[in-house]
Amino acid sequence: MSERTGLAPPKSPPVRLTRETVSGGFKKRVIELSGQNMDSCYQCGNCSSGCPVAQEMDILPNRIMRLAQLGLKDDIIHSATLWICASCFQCTVRCPRGIDIQGVMDTLRQIALDEGVDHFGPDQIDPEQAASVPQPGLVGVYRKLST
Amino acid sequence: MKRIGVFICHCGINIAGTVDVKRVAEEVAKLDSVVYAQDYIYMCSDPGQALVREKIRQEKLDGIIIAACSPSLHESTFRTAAEEAGLNPWQCEIANIREQCSWVHTDRKKATEKAIRIVSTMVEKTRLNESLEPIPVSITKKALVIGGGIAGIQAALDIADSGHKVILVEKESSIGGHMAQLSETFPTLDCSQCILTPKMVAAGKHRNIQLMTYSEVEEVSGYVGNFNVRIRRKAPFVDWSTCTGCGLCMEKCPAKVPSEFDRGLSTHGAIYIPFPQAVPNKPVIDRESCIYFKTGKCRLCEKTCEIGAIKFDQEDQIIEEEIGAIITATGYETLPVTELQEYGAGEVPDVIDGLAFERLLSASGPTSGEVRRPSDGRVPKEVVFVQCAGSRDPERYRPYCSKICCMYTTKHALLYKHRVHDGQPYIFYIDIRTGGKGYEEFYHNAEQDEGIIYLRGKVAKIFRDGDKTIVWGTDTLTGRNVEIQADLVVLATAVVPRESTAELVKKLRIQTGPNGFLSEAHPKLRPVESINSGFFIAGVAQGPRDIPETVAQASGAACKVISLFSRDHLEQDPAIAWVDEELCGGCRICISVCPYDAREYDEEKCIARVNEALCEGCGSCVAACACGATQQRNLSDSQIKSMVTASLGGE
Ligand SMILES: Cc1cc2nc3c(=O)[nH]c(=O)nc-3n(C[C@H](O)[C@H](O)[C@H](O)COP(=O)(O)OP(=O)(O)OC[C@H]3O[C@@H](n4cnc5c(N)ncnc54)[C@H](O)[C@@H]3O)c2cc1C
Ligand code: SF4
Ligand code: SF4
Repeated sequence: MSERTGLAPPKSPPVRLTRETVSGGFKKRVIELSGQNMDSCYQCGNCSSGCPVAQEMDILPNRIMRLAQLGLKDDIIHSATLWICASCFQCTVRCPRGIDIQGVMDTLRQIALDEGVDHFGPDQIDPEQAASVPQPGLVGVYRKLST
Repeated sequence: MKRIGVFICHCGINIAGTVDVKRVAEEVAKLDSVVYAQDYIYMCSDPGQALVREKIRQEKLDGIIIAACSPSLHESTFRTAAEEAGLNPWQCEIANIREQCSWVHTDRKKATEKAIRIVSTMVEKTRLNESLEPIPVSITKKALVIGGGIAGIQAALDIADSGHKVILVEKESSIGGHMAQLSETFPTLDCSQCILTPKMVAAGKHRNIQLMTYSEVEEVSGYVGNFNVRIRRKAPFVDWSTCTGCGLCMEKCPAKVPSEFDRGLSTHGAIYIPFPQAVPNKPVIDRESCIYFKTGKCRLCEKTCEIGAIKFDQEDQIIEEEIGAIITATGYETLPVTELQEYGAGEVPDVIDGLAFERLLSASGPTSGEVRRPSDGRVPKEVVFVQCAGSRDPERYRPYCSKICCMYTTKHALLYKHRVHDGQPYIFYIDIRTGGKGYEEFYHNAEQDEGIIYLRGKVAKIFRDGDKTIVWGTDTLTGRNVEIQADLVVLATAVVPRESTAELVKKLRIQTGPNGFLSEAHPKLRPVESINSGFFIAGVAQGPRDIPETVAQASGAACKVISLFSRDHLEQDPAIAWVDEELCGGCRICISVCPYDAREYDEEKCIARVNEALCEGCGSCVAACACGATQQRNLSDSQIKSMVTASLGGE
């Protein structure tokens, strides 16, 4: 028997891809601010498998890269992943295509803040969870909050 | 009594892992006539063969058995070794204890018992083997190449360069095949015409190549080194010996026929040359669409042609040739878009296939290289490419990978982007397979720097909505279904064998595999030969492949032919059928059962004979012969009886 009950909420709405989404505004901005070519990512998943805080993320780093490739801004800026990211640079060091993923994460956080999307607040940490989150993760979160 | 030696191979662990080879050696050593039995880890290796040779001499063996893998793999290896040690090669037999024993069993005890019986069976055979001499057969040093695509052209040129004569038969009026339709070629993007047309011209001019275009092979008889071939030269209704190829007739012809070469994206007259760089550059009249042939009126071309080259009364010609070896290089077609129901079944005008897109990209194509869509001639701004359209789909279409589409689709997207800078290409794929020199780099560059969007998933449906073509697909990497309102869709349709190849293989009596592509004698070790001797294969007719691989294989096939032609005569295996003239009653049942036409009737003596050069030793006639007159050398009735007894455990 599974320990969870009920059905998962629907979260795969279809998307309409156009020239504008896949190479227009949002994507251009990410490339410009981060200086990274996300199109180089071939979805090997090395960034995710090496990430020390991946287990806390709602979207794994490689999926964030994929969403950015397709310009799916809304999926990204509402993701908790941006704020769980510990900025530890594991992903950047491991990426076989030489992409600075943590740099992209920084850019995405910046865009999320610009867009006024609610980000991670100290009151949101469940004390029990706080005890289990790795310390670099918490330090990372607060450092980001002070930018 | 014969002195027989048995050599049992471990084949690493392939045999020894399942069969107790030491026990096999012990047991067979007890058999009558066996004076020596020994196992060894790799019998086919140099030390293994040295052991065989040494023991033949030392033990004065007059028969040997190699218990190892299938005879199709190493029979000739060991027969050569035997001959080197002074033993007649037909006194060497193979007992197959790998494919027919160790590979198919897991129970060690039973497998060992079976291996002992297999070897005992061959001991019985060897005991009664006669020493035989190969039958010398003469050889006609002239090759026939069927199919004038890049595969056939390359093979013909290589053979011709070695000094031998070649007949190159092509069913269309020009050689060139599909490569002539391509715009630029991956991974270097050199223009297809620029690298192909010089080869076409070379083939057309070579003094050792006789080009027979607009021709088809009607009948093939004979055997390796001595084939008789009938070729039908279809009537072009133009006298090619006087026609200068000026093209005036083509301008005047009022008929409109969709151009096959341009994939229906343009039309030509009933009298036409398929493309301007054709070799030979001579027109043909398509009987089916010619107004004169249909209605009895017109003959405009005839009036236009000043030198009087148009000949409406021309008839097909039959040409007979003697040939030593045949290369089949008949290439491929692609799965018609009409078969792909979910992709519009050919009814959505802006859904085209890869070859049609090549024509749109080609500088000599119907749009002079500008990408314009078929429905309204507009430049498409959003173009969707769909890979595996009909490939890798065992349930509905073709089970295999068409191999070339990953690369050419990336090429298409890239060339489109080079022509339409503000256009957006999307590629739907299941996997991207880039195994080839420089291929991964080509793809990587396209993905990283050309703004091509790769979407991992199969397209479910394509339909028309207004002037848009809607594509419903998925992107498994984001877990989202995707809709694109495309201006043009290009399908990478499955590579399939040509329909006419099925007819041809029946005439040649060579084999095809389950998907209709030509079969090779061995997938790894004899990739350019057919099982039937004297027949070779090249190009996509054997299976999907790109130009570099096609050319390499064509040169390989040519090399096999040249090596065949380098001999003074051929040697035919003497282990074939023979007739005891005293016993033959002339019933001729053997003639009707022989699949190789090797049995013939001697009217004078009223008996059936064996044509030794044609007989493959299959044994059909031996089994059919009611009076025991037909026997097979080294597989006599008495041999077979004692072999059966031994295989049943000697009872
Ligand atoms: C859309 C597309 C793009 C491609 N792009 C590339 C690329 O960029 N780079 C690359 O390396 N490869 C590419 N390829 C693959 C390339 O086309 C093939 O590898 C190559 O053309 C195979 O040549 P072939 O001679 O084996 O076959 P074909 O080109 O099919 O030639 C066979 C010839 O035999 C003739 N023939 C057939 N049956 C008979 C018969 N019974 N009697 C007489 N003649 C007969 C035919 O008329 C034809 O002329 C592409 C393929 C496609 C579909
Ligand atoms: S490691 Fe690099 S290439 Fe691999 S998925 Fe992550 S970003 Fe993409
Ligand atoms: S006779 Fe036939 S080929 Fe000649 S011009 Fe008329 S339609 Fe064309």
